[in-house]
Amino acid sequence: MFAFVIRRIIQSLFVILVIGFIGFAIKHQIGDPVRDLVGISVSKAERDALREELGLNDPFMSQYVRFMKNAVRGDLGMSFFYKKPTLKVIVKKAPATLELVFVSSLIIIFLSIPAGVYAAIRPRSWLTRFIMGASIVGVSIPVFLTAILLIYVFSVELGWLPSYGRGATVSLWGWETGLLTIDGWKHLILPSIALSSIMLPLFIRLIRSEMMEVLQSEYVKYAWAKGLAPRRVYFVHAFKNTLLPVITVGGVQLGILIAYTILTETVFQWQGMGFMFLEAVERSDTTLLVAYMMVVGVVFVAVNTMVDIIYGLVNPTVRIAGRK
Amino acid sequence: MDHLLEIQNLEVKFRLRSGEVTAINDVSFFLDQGERVGLVGESGAGKSVTGFAIIKLISKPGFISGGKVLFEGRDIAGLSIEEVRNIRGNRISMIFQDPMMTLNPVLSIGTQMTETILAHKNVSKAEAQAIALDKLKKVHIPSPEKRLDQYPHEFSGGMRQRIVIAIALLTDPAVIIADEPTTALDVTIQAEIMDLLSELCESEKMALILITHDLGVVSQVTDRIIVMYAGRIVEQGLTRDVVSNPRHPYTKGLIAALPESQQRGKALSQIPGTMPSLTDMPQGCSFHPRCELVMPICKEKVPELIELDNKNALVACHALAKGGAS
Repeated sequence: MFAFVIRRIIQSLFVILVIGFIGFAIKHQIGDPVRDLVGISVSKAERDALREELGLNDPFMSQYVRFMKNAVRGDLGMSFFYKKPTLKVIVKKAPATLELVFVSSLIIIFLSIPAGVYAAIRPRSWLTRFIMGASIVGVSIPVFLTAILLIYVFSVELGWLPSYGRGATVSLWGWETGLLTIDGWKHLILPSIALSSIMLPLFIRLIRSEMMEVLQSEYVKYAWAKGLAPRRVYFVHAFKNTLLPVITVGGVQLGILIAYTILTETVFQWQGMGFMFLEAVERSDTTLLVAYMMVVGVVFVAVNTMVDIIYGLVNPTVRIAGRK
Repeated sequence: MDHLLEIQNLEVKFRLRSGEVTAINDVSFFLDQGERVGLVGESGAGKSVTGFAIIKLISKPGFISGGKVLFEGRDIAGLSIEEVRNIRGNRISMIFQDPMMTLNPVLSIGTQMTETILAHKNVSKAEAQAIALDKLKKVHIPSPEKRLDQYPHEFSGGMRQRIVIAIALLTDPAVIIADEPTTALDVTIQAEIMDLLSELCESEKMALILITHDLGVVSQVTDRIIVMYAGRIVEQGLTRDVVSNPRHPYTKGLIAALPESQQRGKALSQIPGTMPSLTDMPQGCSFHPRCELVMPICKEKVPELIELDNKNALVACHALAKGGAS
């Protein structure tokens, strides 16, 4: 198991290196750090001198190595708009996004598992038909439309929940959290439902189809033949095998969820990384864009590595492969 | 006298989109305590379905549409699913065909063994483990203590089938139904597993229903043979009688097709044609399109199982009923 974890971590480091390369290539091609630093009044000769001094005329590869060295030290450059290190800007925005993703993931996990398992065990019941029908609708409606509909119904018409912003937040060791106030939770409900609206139906359908396949297997039939109780057959014999492919797909989807926040955060004026990203695009803040990409990339890789390790815990075959 | 297990006029149907088809038709046989019976026939003859019907575990869209499965005085076919669960894996154990597929890949051997005991007996986990260890020893698995924590993929096919046999023994059942227990295994391992199984039936006083298409295996292990064709029993008798003196033309064909009974240098003999599909059963005796002794009546009337020289020898064939060719 230990060797397996180490190998996975080395692999993910390599992936991060590649992400850095792509990020740097974008920055190298599009961004102009000199423009970020100086005003219009600076002459061309002065700009060229500055360019030379900053090493911008060096070969691509040596610039890349310098970029990665700085990145490892946590220096991803200065944001031209905020006039602050990009990482600081992102870290300040991260709690909002991560809390949103966290609550959405909880919604997805705690609704999709029972719904998917039920739909697999009772494929003909009317509730299953309803779940499957609703999931098609859920997948088909784009996130921003779901978000607007939610705002219209629950904020405009019913007036139950706020329509934008994070509400009251509390600072917890520098982490601005909305999870500790009732107002914060009220603000979280609609955005997290909107964010989970695509993934939840996908997960229900995935769990159902995997579970139905497992229920057809010989070992499930054997479990019945052993006279085990239905609960044990469904939730120990069948569900554990259903989980394996779901975990793999789930890890990737969780990463995509972070990307989806861009839409949700925009509609709800949620002051997170996604909203910041969109603003950065409008301001052509290249350094901030690349820094965002790097951070999201690292988070993505970290999540996937963790998912692989969890997978190894559930699946004994992988564990053995790692033991050798 | 009462038999341990008696199947009376069992009928199993499958509900298909095009209507219902009958997979098992009017099957009756019995099993006494400690007796070993072989259920033989080609693929699709209904042997496995019969085996699963005994524990009321037929995969959808199949269902028992008629007949009785009397076990220790109760009709399993008429019991509720909770009551059947008390019999499955407890009084009647099953051994499946492919040991690579039967054991759950994500659960340890220990878990898969103890859960069976805990489902049927009121014992502690430690006691269940002790029983599991004892049964693993009975199937000659080396260092069983270590095995309980291992997973199925750490075992070879033969070892896995030994574990499946050990699981079948856990609750000291009255009957073991073994559905092609050696088909998926290496030829060298087949004999070992078969020896083990018959040795255990003897020592544990268990009755065995051995479902197989391998007449060689059946003749080594069983006391009686039941030959099935297209969902019906065509011949029944003591193993030594049926093997040495088959009566039904189908059984004759099967025995003649055994490689052991062939002459060197000659082409292997075989029964012409294939078994009809369930949706396309011929009128009358379902074997008549392939039969050498076919007569006009065979195409119209289904032959009944009749006693020949003693009450143990039954045959369903018009040609034999007339006392003609035998």
